[in-house]
Amino acid sequence: MPASIQLICRLSLLLLLAIPIAAQAQSDDLFVERLELLTANNFKQKEQAVAGLLNLRHPNTKAVLQALLDGRLYYERASKRVVIRAAEDAFSVADAVTLTPIPDASEDAFSRITTNNQLRKNLRGAIAAFELDSPDARVRLTAVREMLRSLDEDTVALLRERVEQERDDEVRAAMTSGIALFDLDNEDAGVRLAAVERLRGSLNSDVYNRLRALIERDDDGNPVEPDPEVRAVAIDVVNGIETRRAFYGSLETLFFGLSLGSVLVLAAIGLAITFGVMGVINMAHGELIMLGAYTTYVMQLLLPDHIGAAVLLAIPAAFIVSGATGVLIERGIVRFLYGRPLETLLATFGVSLVLQQLVRDIFTANNRPVETPAWMAGSLQINEAFSITLNRAYVVIFTLLVFGLLLALLSKTTLGLKVRAVAQNRNMARAMGVRTEWVDAMTFGLGAGIAGVAGVALSQLTNVGPNLGQQYIIDSFMVVVFGGVGNLWGTLIGGMSLGVVNKLLEPYAGAVLAKIFVLVALILFIQRRPRGLFPQKGRAAEA
Amino acid sequence: MKHSVRLRGLKALAAAVALAAGSLAQAADTIKVGVLHSLSGTMAISETTLKDTVLMLIEEQNKKGGLLGKKLEAVVVDPASNWPLFAEKAEQLLVKDKVDVVFGCWTSVSRKSVLPVFEKHNGLLFYPVQYEGEESSRNVFYTGAAPNQQAIPAVDYLMNEVGVQRWVLAGTDYVYPRTTNKILEAYLKSKGVKQEDIMINYTPFGHSDWQSIVASIKRFGSAGKKTAVVSTINGDANVPFYKELANQKISAEDIPVVAFSVGEEELSGIDTKPLVGHLAAWNYFQSIETPANAEFIKKWHAFTKNPKRVTNDPMEAHVIGFNMWVKAVEKAKTTDVDKVIDAIIGIEVPNLTGGMAKMLPNHHITKPVFIGEVRADGQFDIVWQTDGLVPGDAWSDYLPGSKDIEADWVTLKCGNYNTKTKQCSGQNYE
Repeated sequence: MPASIQLICRLSLLLLLAIPIAAQAQSDDLFVERLELLTANNFKQKEQAVAGLLNLRHPNTKAVLQALLDGRLYYERASKRVVIRAAEDAFSVADAVTLTPIPDASEDAFSRITTNNQLRKNLRGAIAAFELDSPDARVRLTAVREMLRSLDEDTVALLRERVEQERDDEVRAAMTSGIALFDLDNEDAGVRLAAVERLRGSLNSDVYNRLRALIERDDDGNPVEPDPEVRAVAIDVVNGIETRRAFYGSLETLFFGLSLGSVLVLAAIGLAITFGVMGVINMAHGELIMLGAYTTYVMQLLLPDHIGAAVLLAIPAAFIVSGATGVLIERGIVRFLYGRPLETLLATFGVSLVLQQLVRDIFTANNRPVETPAWMAGSLQINEAFSITLNRAYVVIFTLLVFGLLLALLSKTTLGLKVRAVAQNRNMARAMGVRTEWVDAMTFGLGAGIAGVAGVALSQLTNVGPNLGQQYIIDSFMVVVFGGVGNLWGTLIGGMSLGVVNKLLEPYAGAVLAKIFVLVALILFIQRRPRGLFPQKGRAAEA
Repeated sequence: MKHSVRLRGLKALAAAVALAAGSLAQAADTIKVGVLHSLSGTMAISETTLKDTVLMLIEEQNKKGGLLGKKLEAVVVDPASNWPLFAEKAEQLLVKDKVDVVFGCWTSVSRKSVLPVFEKHNGLLFYPVQYEGEESSRNVFYTGAAPNQQAIPAVDYLMNEVGVQRWVLAGTDYVYPRTTNKILEAYLKSKGVKQEDIMINYTPFGHSDWQSIVASIKRFGSAGKKTAVVSTINGDANVPFYKELANQKISAEDIPVVAFSVGEEELSGIDTKPLVGHLAAWNYFQSIETPANAEFIKKWHAFTKNPKRVTNDPMEAHVIGFNMWVKAVEKAKTTDVDKVIDAIIGIEVPNLTGGMAKMLPNHHITKPVFIGEVRADGQFDIVWQTDGLVPGDAWSDYLPGSKDIEADWVTLKCGNYNTKTKQCSGQNYE
């Protein structure tokens, strides 16, 4: 650990252990002197200046350090006076020593005091020691975790002092881990043994690395841990930790696979309907997805202050936009080409090119930025080894919802009944009075609408540009062929399993090869079962 | 009947002659400058602004009276991030439009695609982007950084100033990242880094599912040694990559990412608050305060009528390349490609960071190196820079195949000269 970090942590803790504060006036002068050192151009000098500030124990130290970390510390170029800028947009500053606001300060006269990664890391460690006193448990937990990154005697002394009084379980557990981690270096084997036991089952990476180093042999072949009992327990604890980590690792891979699978399912489910029910190969399906993504972008343009609401409103909007486009395509082109799959393929391919160029003309050829609402950003930390990114989690839930709705629509409504009838036996359905042309148009519209909704979800995960459709058209067909044409459950299971298999292979083969293996496996599968996982049954089902 | 046919024929002939005369007159009046940058597709995010830069430079030069008494005329084509289309469009520019110089390309695969076209038709290409080296063509001038002007100094900074001991080399799957990573792997090993402390990973263009890769970077980085990611990811795949880093809460203080193909332009479309502290290595940053840079930024904002448009390193490379070309043409008193190629060696023009850029016999230039950290507003804070200018080295000293190779178009008249066997070979495609 670099000497400067040690120095800073040590000094920040001296600050907190009860030591009388020096006379205010004297420390003010020194404070100003140390602050001026911060205006140096050299980052090493800035680190020393921060250490010097901590040493002074001035009441404003924390405010100054927090401002420096946030990028709100400035200095007047002429006088080298250091000021703290308030967090609002307008340039309003206060003197760092007296905390009185300075009227009529012009931004041109001041320069920002810059930081780099190393300095910011030091500052976080220093501020963490202050925050151990915070009434908020979350703040205390972050502070303890920050302190765990750079443990030394003073840090641990502080933790030992505080752990008895700590009321929050999570914070106390973190403190105990920190103390135990430090005790692993203790001379007394009994203390070490107790420390190892206390660390059993911990998922913290620092703990794992430390314990692994403990059971290793050093360069001369001698074991790092001299006591055999401690070593035996340590090996046992490490094995336990490794099993737990492996378990959460596979859970994580499963989640990645499910989220990739849900993207595939969303993209493919519209195609399953149009391809399955009508036997129409719609090469413009990808562009219908793209239209849904652009609808989200437009919604966010219309509601710039409510991007979360914009994304939710974009779902029905995208359904309508893509659905209407789908109906237009069906009525205008596909209707005349029934029974001629090759021509349909070519015609819809042409439509896809037209749609791409239309989007380029309206929105420019560059990608459009779609913002993620705050409730969808970041991740949910289940424990230290396993976290779920929120946007992907929402997409998985959304996919299952859409799937459920579609299933309900097809099995419980009149439209669904008619769609199924036409799919099973068109002539008989017509003989029963079903207006097959109208049903065809509605089916195509439904498939297209679902594609639009998929586009809304995809806008949160990937770039929104005119080529978005091209990235997903192959995958959509792949899922539909694998799952069985016309079968919704087939699409769901097919898509999810393709996603999981892809993610299982990725760590070993890399992203490119994993995709290739999946495609090759699919081709081989189709040789044995040409109709897919869940083929349509019945006499009238088309071959 | 015969009369009207003859009359029609005469009219057609007259029209043809007029047209020919007109076009001849026009050709005599302007010097054509080709612009070969993707305006659509996955690389449009980076290349569109370069097209605008060349247009601005041409407009500025025309205001000064043009070149050799003639006006400059831009011929803009869109190869759409499609590498074979780059070659087609290059051929179109050289053969049909008969341009005198081309400013273009970004990805190395696009440059490799057009190389045979430029060599066959003896064209002139100014290539403004950082690349992997291992090339020196007579018809190309490389105003972007060679690995010794970007990749190696960046790795040195991470190793010496930040104390990095474990390395993730993540790139897009094509020639530039593959070759650069070969060079970097050899360099790291020569500095004592062990194989198990290096993780290499490739993804296709436009890759958007970064979950597993970012998770494996996190795992690789939590083994107790300081880890950094050296990113040669190109194009819009960067956007979901950085988003995933932010979502999985990997901060620059834990595992810094230094990117070679991400600058102000690529950051201008995304939320940069979670990216604060990540790094980029370039030879120019918009935030560098010099009078030349301030003037350039002002001109750029006036030209694009948008005070929020950013400037970046490849733009500066085009500025340097364009000014060098203009000076060479004035020196040679002609736009003839062979004469310009001879005249341009040794020409010096000011760069935008307070120094001078000089064209070297290997067709590379001298450049300073800067390392910058991302700020919340999408600009960069300079955290390190070289003391002076670094001359570009086309053939890396760290690869066994290219250690002995020199490029020198003045004395050796060869771009691929083996100093051990004393033989010159043709263009070496990796």
